[in-house]
Amino acid sequence: MTGKVGQFHTFHCKSYANGANCFVAGVNPKKAGEDFEGIPVYASVLDAKKATGATVSVIYVPPSGAAAAIDEAVEADLDLVICITEGIPVHDMLKTRYKMQGKRTILIGPNCPGLITPDEIKIGIMPGHIHKKGRIGVVSRSGTLTYEAVGQLSALGYGQSSCVGIGGDPINGMKHIDVMRLFNDDPETDAVIMVGEIGGTDEEECARWIKTNMKKPVVGFIAGVTAPEGKRMGHAGAIISGGQGGANEKLAVMEESGIHITRNPAEMGRTMQKILRG
Amino acid sequence: MKIHEYQGKEILREFGVPTPRGVACFSVDEAVAAAQKLGGKVWVVKAQIHAGGRGKGGGVKVAKSLDEVKQFAGQILGMHLITHQTGPEGQVVRRLLIEEGAQIVKEFYVGMVVDRASQRVALLASSEGGMEIEEVAKHSPEKIRTVRIDPVTGLTDKEGAEVARSIGIPEVANAEAVKVLQGLYQSFVAKDAMLAEINPLIITADNRVVALDAKFNFDSNALYRRPEIVAYRDLNEEDPAEIEASKFELSYIQLDGNIGCLVNGAGLAMATMDIIKLYGGSPANFLDVGGGANKEKVTEAFKLMLKNPSLKAILVNIFGGIMKCDVIAEGVVAAAREVHLSVPLVVRLEGTNVELGKKILAESGLPIISGNDMADAAQKVVEAPKG
Repeated sequence: MTGKVGQFHTFHCKSYANGANCFVAGVNPKKAGEDFEGIPVYASVLDAKKATGATVSVIYVPPSGAAAAIDEAVEADLDLVICITEGIPVHDMLKTRYKMQGKRTILIGPNCPGLITPDEIKIGIMPGHIHKKGRIGVVSRSGTLTYEAVGQLSALGYGQSSCVGIGGDPINGMKHIDVMRLFNDDPETDAVIMVGEIGGTDEEECARWIKTNMKKPVVGFIAGVTAPEGKRMGHAGAIISGGQGGANEKLAVMEESGIHITRNPAEMGRTMQKILRG
Repeated sequence: MKIHEYQGKEILREFGVPTPRGVACFSVDEAVAAAQKLGGKVWVVKAQIHAGGRGKGGGVKVAKSLDEVKQFAGQILGMHLITHQTGPEGQVVRRLLIEEGAQIVKEFYVGMVVDRASQRVALLASSEGGMEIEEVAKHSPEKIRTVRIDPVTGLTDKEGAEVARSIGIPEVANAEAVKVLQGLYQSFVAKDAMLAEINPLIITADNRVVALDAKFNFDSNALYRRPEIVAYRDLNEEDPAEIEASKFELSYIQLDGNIGCLVNGAGLAMATMDIIKLYGGSPANFLDVGGGANKEKVTEAFKLMLKNPSLKAILVNIFGGIMKCDVIAEGVVAAAREVHLSVPLVVRLEGTNVELGKKILAESGLPIISGNDMADAAQKVVEAPKG
């Protein structure tokens, strides 16, 4: 949080709901002993954890050092790491994910907007003011498309329990299925909006899990029905390759799994409204 | 980032993978001289473009004399090579690879990808060499052998030997095949590749294992530490509009429709294309201006879209989070003035400072059509060119 981007977002996170009590430490070996807005800066994640009892780390480190920053948080045995950084080399993430095997630290991202529980805490770069406290969970691979879903829900009067951006990279931490499991068990969540996009098969895996396990209604949208094959659509992970990862295939599996799909990104909120009204 | 076959073979050789001897050429004279220098009686004249399917499109020919080398080089250089990966307009051939001929006894496929599900590098191998691996996967998936590689041990001797055996590489060539597979894996990791394919990998009459083709695709996020790969970049093979966009850190992909869209965020940009289609229009491009868009970036984005002769209307769809709507609105107004916008422009703003943004658009005096939400904006932009 000691860089320009980190400072900007830490300021906004700290100002949101209970943020002032939650952001307790920054890490930067070159700035240890200094502080930002009254938050002390430590030389390492382990130092910060020992001094403050911190359990969660949010990473704004530039791409070349971001995977190492995740490794450090995992080695310090934190509960949760949220990596905002976009553009981490895939081979770095492969190594980091390998090192995370058998560790208890959970990773959200990279290349994600972060996590928000409205009126409680915001850890990430999403605009806090569009959210509203409530009982709908949102999980998504995209940033602004998540805001779109949240904006539609809030406009219709439906608040959110938590919104999780899992990020647009091909090698990442929590997948749709992992977040969906948590929403399923969360007594504060009544229903979930699941936003996916082209590339990979994570949405299909989540859908198959939903079919046999999910006790709550799920609304689904997949971006990229019009995306051509073989072209990377902005996100590193958003590519249809080898005939895999197309939006229509994903939507078909989701629909077959009992997810209430919409092909219109402007209808995510209203689709949820219809289900909740019965 | 993609590279040419001859460049891929340079990398393979660096990691101990045998390839035919060959020379990259830019003219017919160079091609003939290369064949002379290589010696022998048979040469292969191969078009070097980034797309696959070159052989079927007439871009690969076997020459049995120097005259034929000259003839084929003349035919292939400068041709618009059309393959299933180039699109109907084809790709102009500007480089050739002249190689010594090889005696093929049998062809195999070996490839490596980053497997998202297992979060490992996966080796794919098949007895069905020379075919599109996607086709094999579709029609006879049992013929593809997959090994997910442990990043600490790499591809072990045992795994390599077993894979080679399972796809039918003869026992006498097994040890050499293992070296090829391990070399391919080492190059894949060392060079930050996302995809590497040798198709076909061949067994020669004297039981050598040789890479007859090489295809690589590299992680663009890792190019900062791979200057030797960046040096392979051939801008002639890339879309000029996409190159121009990358200079301004815009993510732009041209499509075949006529409604331009300018959006913040990749997911929302795709969703915007989708909703245009849903309301009966056809998107002209994907364009993500990113989170830090300013007046200059928005202006460049407009210029890029306007270079497309098919463009009939533009939809700006912004969900302001960190990016404030008033900043975007000022950018849109300035850009529309600077480029003397002549096509209808629909703008949908939402999020941070949205009222301020709308006010700036309304007071600009420009004929900007305001969209209340994503659906309204999409419907308006689809109707706008119809007058």
